[in-house]
Amino acid sequence: MLRFSVLALALLTAACGGREAATPQFIETGNPALLSAWGMMRSDGRSLVLGDGVVPYDLNTPLFSDYAHKQRTIWMPEGVSATYRENDVLDFPVGTVITKTFYYPRTGTPDEVRSTLETAPGWRPDGLDLAGIRLVETRILVHREGGWVALPYVWNADQTDAELRRAGEIIRLTATDADSREQDFAYAVPNANQCAGCHAVNNTTRQIQPIGPAPRHINRDYAYASGAQNQLEHLHAAGYLGDGPGAETAPRAVNYLDAAEPLDARARDYLDINCAHCHNPSGPADTSGLHLQHDAPTGPNLGLCKLPIAAGGGTGGRRFGIMPGEPEESILLYRMETNDPGAMMPELGRAIRHEEGIALIRQWISELDADCQARG
Amino acid sequence: MSRLAFAAIAGAASLTLTACGGQPERDITTADRDYQNQLIEQLIDAQPGDVIEIPEGVFAFDRSLSLTVDGVTIRGQGADRTILSFQNQSQGAEGLLVTASDFTIENLAIEDTVGDGLKVNEGENIVIRGLRVEWTNGPDTRNGAYGIYPVQTTNVLVEDSIAIGAADAGIYVGQSRNVVVRRSRAERNVAGIEIENTIGADVYDNVATENTGGILVFNMPNLPQPGYRTRVYDNHVFANNTGNFGHEGTPVASIPAGSGIVINSNDEVEIFNNTIADNRTANIIVSSLHSTGYSDYAVQQDFDPYPEGIHIHGNTFSGGGDNPDGLDLQGLKILVAGPLGRLPDVLWDGYYDAGKMVDGAMPDDRRICLDNGEAEIVNADGPNGYENPAVVTDNHRCSLPPLPAVELALAE
Repeated sequence: MLRFSVLALALLTAACGGREAATPQFIETGNPALLSAWGMMRSDGRSLVLGDGVVPYDLNTPLFSDYAHKQRTIWMPEGVSATYRENDVLDFPVGTVITKTFYYPRTGTPDEVRSTLETAPGWRPDGLDLAGIRLVETRILVHREGGWVALPYVWNADQTDAELRRAGEIIRLTATDADSREQDFAYAVPNANQCAGCHAVNNTTRQIQPIGPAPRHINRDYAYASGAQNQLEHLHAAGYLGDGPGAETAPRAVNYLDAAEPLDARARDYLDINCAHCHNPSGPADTSGLHLQHDAPTGPNLGLCKLPIAAGGGTGGRRFGIMPGEPEESILLYRMETNDPGAMMPELGRAIRHEEGIALIRQWISELDADCQARG
Repeated sequence: MSRLAFAAIAGAASLTLTACGGQPERDITTADRDYQNQLIEQLIDAQPGDVIEIPEGVFAFDRSLSLTVDGVTIRGQGADRTILSFQNQSQGAEGLLVTASDFTIENLAIEDTVGDGLKVNEGENIVIRGLRVEWTNGPDTRNGAYGIYPVQTTNVLVEDSIAIGAADAGIYVGQSRNVVVRRSRAERNVAGIEIENTIGADVYDNVATENTGGILVFNMPNLPQPGYRTRVYDNHVFANNTGNFGHEGTPVASIPAGSGIVINSNDEVEIFNNTIADNRTANIIVSSLHSTGYSDYAVQQDFDPYPEGIHIHGNTFSGGGDNPDGLDLQGLKILVAGPLGRLPDVLWDGYYDAGKMVDGAMPDDRRICLDNGEAEIVNADGPNGYENPAVVTDNHRCSLPPLPAVELALAE
């Protein structure tokens, strides 16, 4: 009976990828040309399987990136763990490797993809069934002695490995939405310097760091292969996270799509994850005086009745960042709606509109109340 | 005329620009497209002290460049020999984004970016020399906002550079300290040269022509630092009469076509020894945020919208003021100078802070002083709905102590 089980397991493994899970590596120096060298995942072109001890996670409200689906992972070497920080990203030790794999459900050829927020058919708790999936890129964030380093890898045509592309790349794709509308767009893989465009959230120190794995973003359940569990508790149980408050007391951002949550919280958490890495009082966009962290005080610096500073064509001919009650008069919404690279926001990582995000922010602005009446 | 608001011209402006939109003049069919990745990798791998030499040629880019390492020099073979063209750009809000200190860029051109040309965001010891940033299609609202754009920088030298066609400002120095802009040329931008929320700037030996406004010294609210102490001298500011093609909502969209030098809400500004001619609205405008789309709600409590400590002397004026932009300003001219006359060389919107008056008079160091021979100043009477504009030169005959020169080792 025991032998039978082992055989069954072997068959199962074969069906899921045919090879053992990869062994993750922390690489302190040098930038491997192939993603596989890191051992965070392994693909044979039919399925992608996470490496040993590599823990997947999701965010309550994620950054929008042209409807790309994202598989995020955390791994740490033996003997180290992250320290809980209440209002910041977890304090990850040297050796931590975080990955983010961008992929789409396909509609036809590999360059024809579906723009949808629905979970992709190939999603697995610890990997992806690649039939019908277009892998685009995997970004590595590795915490080395000298600080975090970001490396973009672009998947090969066979989807068996990804190659380092430090100069970034433009990938031409066609997206089809739920209403069968097609849109050609230029998916941009960032170059290594552009990674800092988002991940250096303080433009004075310019240290790059992860953005997502903060308690408020990851305080939610994940459907692990072993069953659903809160992510903070799972990381703790896996030995990756030291002591901290449990799911009930840790801060929690809302899911911006969850209509049961307060509209203000949904909008503010959406703006936080999509904008506040630059739009914070010490970030690269502090030049604009527009601050969009979830806890930024309501007022001109949140955009209310605020004149633009250096928006150029980004104003869309509108006078105020946010004109309460008037979404169509608000620059903020225009910058989400336009796809002009010189005017749109965010500046990087978006080539098509996020319709659900636009709808949310439109509703939020329409329910805001303040009088921008100009004196005169 | 309830609210003259210099912004009233925005409607007329947008008519002008639709007529001007054209194709880029730069032909990039034979441009080198392979150099892009090489340059991007050089920028990523750069070490402090490196000089990245870009050869002669026309190089095409489809995405923006960025530099994050201190102490790097980027050098071309001349502003007409080394051309970086971003006509095909599908990503990135600028041509080159620099987030680093001790940076020098010289002797090359950045053309036809979808957003800003060169942006330097935070850093010190920034040298921009012999750089040309141009939209080769000419003035067009769809052009990028800023040509040369250092922001939140300290110790900045812009010299021997050229900016053409920006839909906001050709050379824009924002929220910075200790700045010299000299021997440069700005033409056919909405704003030629703009100094905004900057502390300590010397702007001299420049040429600003065919912009909507030639040289601007502005303060905007809700930013980390208000600016003061700017000297504008020995410049040639003439015929800045291009219709405003800025985007409504931007501060410069309120600039009337035909503005030579504009001071808005800034303090301690000395304008002297310039040659200022043929700017059809006014050779110099002194105004407050009240004239540029001010909203009571949206201005931080301690923001001071009043231009104070302004000293205008020794300039050579000719022409200008004869055909102001927009019906409201035309009306003002007729009231002040009659149908065939011209507005005085200095146009002041009339806003001042009564709270700063002492015994009914503004303290000397906060006055607007005109000590410039025959030149006159008109108060447009903005606070009273522009009802009683008047030439008020006699109230402004005074002079102020000279401002100190900017001390910038990079400029020596």
